[in-house]
Amino acid sequence: MSQIERHQYDVVIIGAGGAGLRAAIEARANGFKTAIICKSLFGKAHTVMAEGGIAASMGNVNSNDGWKVHFRDTMRGGKFQNQWRMAELHAKESPDRVWELETYGALFDRTDEGKISQRNFGGHEYPRLAHVGDRTGLELIRTMQQKIVSLQQEDFRESGDYDARMKVFAELTVVEILKTDGKVSGVLAYYRETGEYVVFEAPAVVLATGGIGKSFKVTSNSWEGTGDGHALALRAGGNLMGMEFIQFHPTGMVWPPSVKGILVTESVRGDGGVLKNSEGRRFMFDYIPAVFKDKYAETEEEADRWYTDADNNRRPPELLPRDEVARAINSEVKAGRGTPHGGVYLDVSTRLSADVIKRRLPSMWHQFKELADVDITLQPMEVGPTCHYVMGGVQVDPDSGAATGVPGLFAAGEVAGGMHGSNRLGGNSLSDLLVFGRRAGVGAAEYVKNLGARPSVPDSEIDRALAIANAPFESNGEENPYALHAELQQMMNDLVGIIRDEAEVQEALDKLEVLKERAAKVKVAGTRQFNTGWHLALDLWNMLLVSEAVAKSALERKESRGGHTRNDYPTMDANWRKWNLLTKWNGKNVELIKEENPLMPRELAELFDVEELKKYLLPEELEQLGMGGH
Amino acid sequence: MGYLAKLRVWRGDKSGGQLVDHSVEVSEGEVVLDIIHRLQATQAPDLAVRWNCKAGKCGSCAAEINGRPRLMCMTRMNTFAEDEEITVTPMRTFPVIKDLVTDVSFNYEKAREVPAFDPPKDLAPGEYRMAQVDVQRSQEFRKCIECFMCQNVCHVIRDHEDNKEAFSGPRFLMRIAELDMHPLDQTDRKNMAQEEHGLGMCNITKCCTEVCPEHIKITDNAIIPMKERVVDNKYDPLVWLGRTITRRKSD
Repeated sequence: MSQIERHQYDVVIIGAGGAGLRAAIEARANGFKTAIICKSLFGKAHTVMAEGGIAASMGNVNSNDGWKVHFRDTMRGGKFQNQWRMAELHAKESPDRVWELETYGALFDRTDEGKISQRNFGGHEYPRLAHVGDRTGLELIRTMQQKIVSLQQEDFRESGDYDARMKVFAELTVVEILKTDGKVSGVLAYYRETGEYVVFEAPAVVLATGGIGKSFKVTSNSWEGTGDGHALALRAGGNLMGMEFIQFHPTGMVWPPSVKGILVTESVRGDGGVLKNSEGRRFMFDYIPAVFKDKYAETEEEADRWYTDADNNRRPPELLPRDEVARAINSEVKAGRGTPHGGVYLDVSTRLSADVIKRRLPSMWHQFKELADVDITLQPMEVGPTCHYVMGGVQVDPDSGAATGVPGLFAAGEVAGGMHGSNRLGGNSLSDLLVFGRRAGVGAAEYVKNLGARPSVPDSEIDRALAIANAPFESNGEENPYALHAELQQMMNDLVGIIRDEAEVQEALDKLEVLKERAAKVKVAGTRQFNTGWHLALDLWNMLLVSEAVAKSALERKESRGGHTRNDYPTMDANWRKWNLLTKWNGKNVELIKEENPLMPRELAELFDVEELKKYLLPEELEQLGMGGH
Repeated sequence: MGYLAKLRVWRGDKSGGQLVDHSVEVSEGEVVLDIIHRLQATQAPDLAVRWNCKAGKCGSCAAEINGRPRLMCMTRMNTFAEDEEITVTPMRTFPVIKDLVTDVSFNYEKAREVPAFDPPKDLAPGEYRMAQVDVQRSQEFRKCIECFMCQNVCHVIRDHEDNKEAFSGPRFLMRIAELDMHPLDQTDRKNMAQEEHGLGMCNITKCCTEVCPEHIKITDNAIIPMKERVVDNKYDPLVWLGRTITRRKSD
């Protein structure tokens, strides 16, 4: 193994989006030598795509806001499936994380008093999202990137070496987590550019790899969203939790085909955009579910008044949580009331002046103009659901981000499960990255601090990982990775998509077995130097593994909740709330485990009306909270 | 729609390469990046290309299309005639790694040389107060997606490798302007812009502004105001007097 490049670090972060960079800052702040591995160039992570904002109850626009209200909204959005402790930590800590960004140099839009401005968003009771126009994700990633650089400048002043304590390895993909005696001991990765392998020896690894959208045909995710971290955790012996919960964002572009799935920010609706079907009807009024009946306007007049007087009117139903809106759009299109390209209309042109649209939604104006030749100040947009976010992910300890069952492994951000329950509210992702990115950094640092001897990496572990990486070159088969990937995406979209039933999900599982066999026969030509066919062949294994976890979980959960809708079990069932579905890898297949979902403590339960709790909890659970009687 | 486009793509690495002709199917509404992907999936599986978001937000897929720097994901195929030859080459100012992928590390090195935001010591997090009108100028520059096309097109370095050391390029002169115009930044960046980052080498031909996919007015709003600030700083009699009296070390 002497020919393989080796590095020694205290903490290795896989992923350079918001969560990874925040974790890195914290690990270094704790005095640990930290490596950041990015699949792309530094600063290009999928976090840049976030548009709307960062949810944090700073109360700058409406002083009634506070962490308790944010916690409540988050639990409601997730239909009480959330790990309550994560939702609590998130609601409490997100304001500090946003204010901290200003000290790193972020420039948010301002209120008249000069504070950080906050905007309305689906499912949030008060204006809560700190934002920069509709490019908040770019601001976040650039701010973190520049903070990393500033820390490297400090190190340069001290040691003459920018990379002395924290180094960014760009365009590097991790193949496998290495373990020694049951504990994490490092990772094997390859440089995309040269195809050369590299071993990082490190006792702590933080997964911050984002989502899994690339398993689906219509997705807002970039090529990187192949579920690498989810699959790495599974193969390392960790559990995934809640993989049946996938968020289909209600408004993706539907035309032209090449951009199908690209996101249209929810701020379009927060700022006054309305959804209409081909008959011109604002159909969302027909889709307000019973649990939200008293919180949303019943007439267009009331809904319109809310934009200027939110205290005395209920909010428009266009701002229902994302799962509700996505299902409504799906139903309208299925009922034959869709647009020519199979979506519905989202209109701001008749509601805001061209100037206001261009100022508040500049990237949307730009995106439609350049990609679809549509001027959104004059015409409505055509939109439809797109696979956007996975609520499920690595099962972690809420406080430290430590992955269950794998000492030394941590996870934060989209790759971690539990925070958002069955459905994530818009704006809660960027805050999740910061809150739990920081916590995973602390968690990894604490772990390393308390560790006795460092585990060394045996050659056999490296050989095992190299065999996985080299397989596509040595295969005797003739399968094309691009073609297999396209089949997988179509299959997942059709059979485990926004609406599911038992027969279809079972069919998906059967097809996945066939795809797995065929994936073993993928053959890649050429050398390892910047060979995208090879990269895809390796990513494909991750997508197959994650897809199996999704399908297995989706088959098991016999109810509809948040990002999991079953045609054959169309209602939410409180008996299912108390179960988390875990998936585990046995070397050949994904296995399913049911684990009880802990009930929140009484002091948090008391933030809700008993009547509301009754919609989500069983009578015996209310009893357990001491809130059963009247 | 549906037709076969004539595509010429540069294939090679740092030791050399050539344009290779391909005929690739095009469907309605597609962009150049779609065609490159189809080429990759059907004819050239080891074609190297960088891309991420495919929505003009990450700035990864910059290349030169018929000699003009463009984001491949934002260049619609219907802007070309169906029989037009479309030539795609890597950005010229940066060394080629493979095919359309270039080594853009120059930019990351320059980024490290710009001193970071210097926050006021007496303000705690949460106490920052800034007016929208004051943050707006810097916000324009923070729209930058770091596609590095402005760096690529800038003639100071495009054909003058030896200028690279002394010149940070429009992207980072703009970064300095952004920090200089930040309402709370505590560092004076005017001399540094001139002396360490080569502000004076820019002769405002506005090539950078023309190629910016975010339509940032790099020259008018960042570089020219910075040049004016440098001049004010240098020739302002009060500044001169102050500097002479206090004899700051940096002078």
